[in-house]
Amino acid sequence: MDFISILSIFVMACFVGYYVVWSVTPALHTPLMAVTNAISSVIVVGALVASAAEGSAVSKWLGLGAVVLASVNIFGGFAVTERMLAMYKKKEKK
Amino acid sequence: MEHVASVPSWAMLAYLISGVLFILALRGLSSPATSRAGNRYGMIGMTIAMVTTLVTHGIASLPEIAGAIAIGGGVGFVTARKIKMTDMPQLVAAFHSLVGLAAVLVGLAAYLNPGAFGILGADGLIEPQSRVEMGLGIAIGAITFSGSIIAFLKLAGKMSGSPILLPGRHVLNLGTLIAILGLVAYFTQDQSQWVIATITVLSFLIGFLLIIPIGGADMPVVVSMLNSYSGWAAAAMGFTLHNTAMIITGALVGSSGAILSYIMCKAMNRGFLSVIAGGFGAEAAAGGGAAKEQRPWKRGSAEDAAYMMKEAENVIIIPGYGMAVSQAQHALREMGDVLKKEGVNVKYAIHPVAGRMPGHMNVLLAEANVPYDEVFELEDIQSEFSQADVAFIIGANDVVNPAAKTDKSSPIYGMPVFDVDKAKTIFFVKRSMGGVGYAGVDNDVFYMDQTMMLLADAKKMVEDIVKALAH
Repeated sequence: MDFISILSIFVMACFVGYYVVWSVTPALHTPLMAVTNAISSVIVVGALVASAAEGSAVSKWLGLGAVVLASVNIFGGFAVTERMLAMYKKKEKK
Repeated sequence: MEHVASVPSWAMLAYLISGVLFILALRGLSSPATSRAGNRYGMIGMTIAMVTTLVTHGIASLPEIAGAIAIGGGVGFVTARKIKMTDMPQLVAAFHSLVGLAAVLVGLAAYLNPGAFGILGADGLIEPQSRVEMGLGIAIGAITFSGSIIAFLKLAGKMSGSPILLPGRHVLNLGTLIAILGLVAYFTQDQSQWVIATITVLSFLIGFLLIIPIGGADMPVVVSMLNSYSGWAAAAMGFTLHNTAMIITGALVGSSGAILSYIMCKAMNRGFLSVIAGGFGAEAAAGGGAAKEQRPWKRGSAEDAAYMMKEAENVIIIPGYGMAVSQAQHALREMGDVLKKEGVNVKYAIHPVAGRMPGHMNVLLAEANVPYDEVFELEDIQSEFSQADVAFIIGANDVVNPAAKTDKSSPIYGMPVFDVDKAKTIFFVKRSMGGVGYAGVDNDVFYMDQTMMLLADAKKMVEDIVKALAH
């Protein structure tokens, strides 16, 4: 992929993000932060590439370190979001 | 770019799908009813991205990688289970710092082993364009890391929440930022180690310097801003790796944090730059003390509050950070339940900047089993104060201060506030008369005819009211 196609995806995604986030209800802003935290750990993809590659031992260990950090975030972020969302309940109908 | 083309097209498709699933994850949050399904989409998207990467990059180091995921995942999962809901702001700050540090490590790994990332040019050097992306990714990641550490320490109370003002800090900060940008530009000409090392160190430093002058109650803006940065760091790495999942996610998270910062600033009627410049509240607290006059105010008791609220038709409860500090949300819900049984119409009113992060009060009330359809945002409930018999303010202060509407010289002038003065009776739960809100300004509501001050710890006071209601 050339730079322009990547840039196009990026710019479009910014617009999608803009509209999607404005539609998030303010009551769920804390879960929003927790889940964006979890998904921004998709940076783990880069960490996995570094960990799997041959050629530089230092690079590999840096990658493994990043895998640990990103995994804390992925598992922690999704789990804490799940926990919070489970608490939001509607009024019980009697 | 032959290396990049070697990523099979099914893998590119998989990354695209995981990007779309992340969009759906955020989309689900438009309503509590769809939010849990959204979170599941996010998990599926992450699984697809990770499995795709592992499959396409050989599985030579699989045991080590599995170990790393198990260690990190275990720590994350246990933390997420155990954390108290009132500690959520500092948890989110801590998580941000990890994303930031991970971005720095990935950037450095890519610098040391560019071949593996497919960013080697024909001349055996890293492509200049990739150097810019890498440099920016490392810089933003490092700022996110050190900034979030400071935010975490302030939110967790391990460091004073009051602004720390260094002399000449604006010049220092601006100079450091320019130096970082200059070095990133120079990096395209010279890929020596000292350049990348200096960028990293300076960025760690600027993250620290940027956050120390910002006070505790401005943390909602800071946490949102760092959220945004963690997204831009991921996006920059996505450019380096030509990975659509990372770019889409980075853009989503980046805009999400930016929008939240904007909402928070607007709710305080302050410019983003003024918040970031820091020092808010420090001047007002220093200068305002002398002019303070003694004005008469009335003290109420738990029995007064119980009696008035039992007789009321409409009660609006306004929680603030003080409720979180004293963990009063469960007692408050109990009070609401008793009142509802008495036929009172109970509603909760939440200001966008109440608490220490966006939506903080909503989560605490949800934790205490308050149904979310009894909880209202500022603009939805503002008109109801004129029909309210009782406004019950607990742990909030600046968000009900009428000076924001009338006093042009007030530091909070122009901030949207609740019209509590329109309610027939006001109960103001506060620890003592001495303290003022974060903005360091006196509040006219204390001295109004219809106001009764309930001076006690918030949780203790609400428990006493619940007891009094039982009689």
